[in-house]
Amino acid sequence: MAQARTLFDKIWDSHLVDVQEDGTCLLYIDRHMVHEVTSPQAFEGLATSGRKVAHPERTLALADHNVPTTDRSVGITDPESRTQVEALEANVKAFGVPYFGMDDIRQGIVHIVGPEQGFTLPGMTIVCGDSHTATHGAFGSLAFGIGTSEVEHVLATQTLVQAPAKNMLVHVNGALGKGVTAKDLVLHICGVLGTAGGTGYVIEYAGDAVRALSMEGRMTVCNMTIEAGARAGLIAPDQTTFDYLAGRPLAPKGAAWEAAITYWKTLKTDDGAHFDRVIEIDAASIEPTVTWGTSPEDVAPISATVPNPADARDEGKATAMQRSLDYMDLKAGQPLEGVPVDVVFIGSCTNGRIEDLRAAASIAKGRKVADGVQALVVPGSGLVKEQAEAEGLDEIFKAAGFEWREPGCSMCLAMNADKLKPGQRSASTSNRNFEGRQGRGGRTHLVGPEMAAAAAVTGHLTDVRKLT
Amino acid sequence: MEKFTVLTGVAAPLPMINVDTDMIIPKQFLKTIKRTGLGKNLFDEMRYDDTGAEIPGFVLNQAAWRNATILVAGDNFGCGSSREHAPWALLDFGIRCIIAPSFADIFYNNCFKNGILPIKLPQEQVDALMDDAQRGANATVTVDLEKQTIQGPDGGTIAFEVDPFRKHCLLNGLDDIGLTLQKADKIKAFEAKQQREEPWLATPGAMA
Repeated sequence: MAQARTLFDKIWDSHLVDVQEDGTCLLYIDRHMVHEVTSPQAFEGLATSGRKVAHPERTLALADHNVPTTDRSVGITDPESRTQVEALEANVKAFGVPYFGMDDIRQGIVHIVGPEQGFTLPGMTIVCGDSHTATHGAFGSLAFGIGTSEVEHVLATQTLVQAPAKNMLVHVNGALGKGVTAKDLVLHICGVLGTAGGTGYVIEYAGDAVRALSMEGRMTVCNMTIEAGARAGLIAPDQTTFDYLAGRPLAPKGAAWEAAITYWKTLKTDDGAHFDRVIEIDAASIEPTVTWGTSPEDVAPISATVPNPADARDEGKATAMQRSLDYMDLKAGQPLEGVPVDVVFIGSCTNGRIEDLRAAASIAKGRKVADGVQALVVPGSGLVKEQAEAEGLDEIFKAAGFEWREPGCSMCLAMNADKLKPGQRSASTSNRNFEGRQGRGGRTHLVGPEMAAAAAVTGHLTDVRKLT
Repeated sequence: MEKFTVLTGVAAPLPMINVDTDMIIPKQFLKTIKRTGLGKNLFDEMRYDDTGAEIPGFVLNQAAWRNATILVAGDNFGCGSSREHAPWALLDFGIRCIIAPSFADIFYNNCFKNGILPIKLPQEQVDALMDDAQRGANATVTVDLEKQTIQGPDGGTIAFEVDPFRKHCLLNGLDDIGLTLQKADKIKAFEAKQQREEPWLATPGAMA
């Protein structure tokens, strides 16, 4: 009998083009997503060396990081942002790469659009010059972020030189409690593993609590795998996955769909397969979770207080914690609930999907954004926006005093006009709370969409369970 | 890509853990469409105040380390985004080698594509090199990739590990793409097999 293999092993093995004597592998890449920030130098490299894009049909380009989320009829006013988007538009034209432009309803954040279009499918290898490519692992595809030199390599060859990763299993037992979401789960996991805990691994998420998640929830979990240091997260495909994909524009149809389903059902870890590391998590123990510091591992339940650097595991961490608390203007022992916020951001590749907007709207409904708080809702794609409007979510948000924006990465990383001012504090559904991430001097608390909406209507970090 | 053989230079100490790519090069500098010119904004928010003036306490603003070519740092260096602007900014400043107890995966890969050598060493050895680096311009360090050694200012030698293929590419300044294209037949054979076995992969939206 063949050796028991993990899901990662199976996808890896089925994409090997070549293995050199020293163990270096050449991996075939099924899908490549391209955005404007990490691709111009790659296209320039191709042009300089007279190379072509090997497989434009396996490639999809979008502008997301720099695009304005306000009225687009005036174009992009920031000259550098405009230059970068124009460079992408010139490159996709010159190299024949499919592209959803800023005025296309299908435009949005790459990691929202890929799954939405059925460009992302189980068992694939998927890359993008963006670390949150891990998102696509929710479909049981091996998906990871790459640098620009690797973007050029994939464009030119449809392959990547890679070393195999180690296998980690994160097994989440039981069920998440009321008011506890996929975001709380993954923030909790980042806290357990630490930001370097997953370095060198691909993480497979399994267990009842993971099976119970919708595709949107699974994408939220896989998205932040990189925040625990692992390049890719994986969830074995099941009926939830197939139901999500059926009928998507780029998903297979007819006989090809049937053949694909048959294959996809084999995509799971064999009984007895070896994991280099196994983490058990009790879903019921997780509360709505927030970050208090400047690293995604700096998490705590909303009912907790700001931790004390004196209790840190080592001196390096104590120094980092103190630096974080100074930056965040928080004191050890201070309750997290009640910390006032200036800005609320609901969106990003972590939480910009329809289910996230529904969840946030359920809290916003019939309430008002607190005085002095600016609250933004930025749908992850034009199609998410359209769906939300069809459901009347935009009216709920607007009636509550939220701003209803056009799709893009927006304040997740503040490359466009949406950014925190120095000293401003946000409750944000995005993925990184690094110093300056949402704007120089800005202070970020990462939360789920319900918790973000709760902070918007109360004006401070709030246990959303008290509002439902 | 510039070859990396033997590097002798000043090492700058950055005793912080989890130095993320937003710290190395903040997003406002990612709007460039070039690889060069990012050195002046390396560590921008730690290096300059709100008016753009240098913050005197930051290591790379001090005379002893202005010309550093080696960086010694804490655990999990380069975590966060995949932006290759991070190694581009380091390289443009003049940093060719980074020594730390651990690196984030994507950043680590990106270094090798740009002629930068990232070296992982046990914490005690990083601590010793951090002490050496604190001594500034009077204490140069020599990194020899061929021999896989680091020679400190007092003559002590530390050995390091590096993947043989990456070492080969770095020593010779080899272009990955050129090497891969030599395997074009194998890539074609793989594609033909995939077309037979998983035809839906080759064509998005496949019907048959």
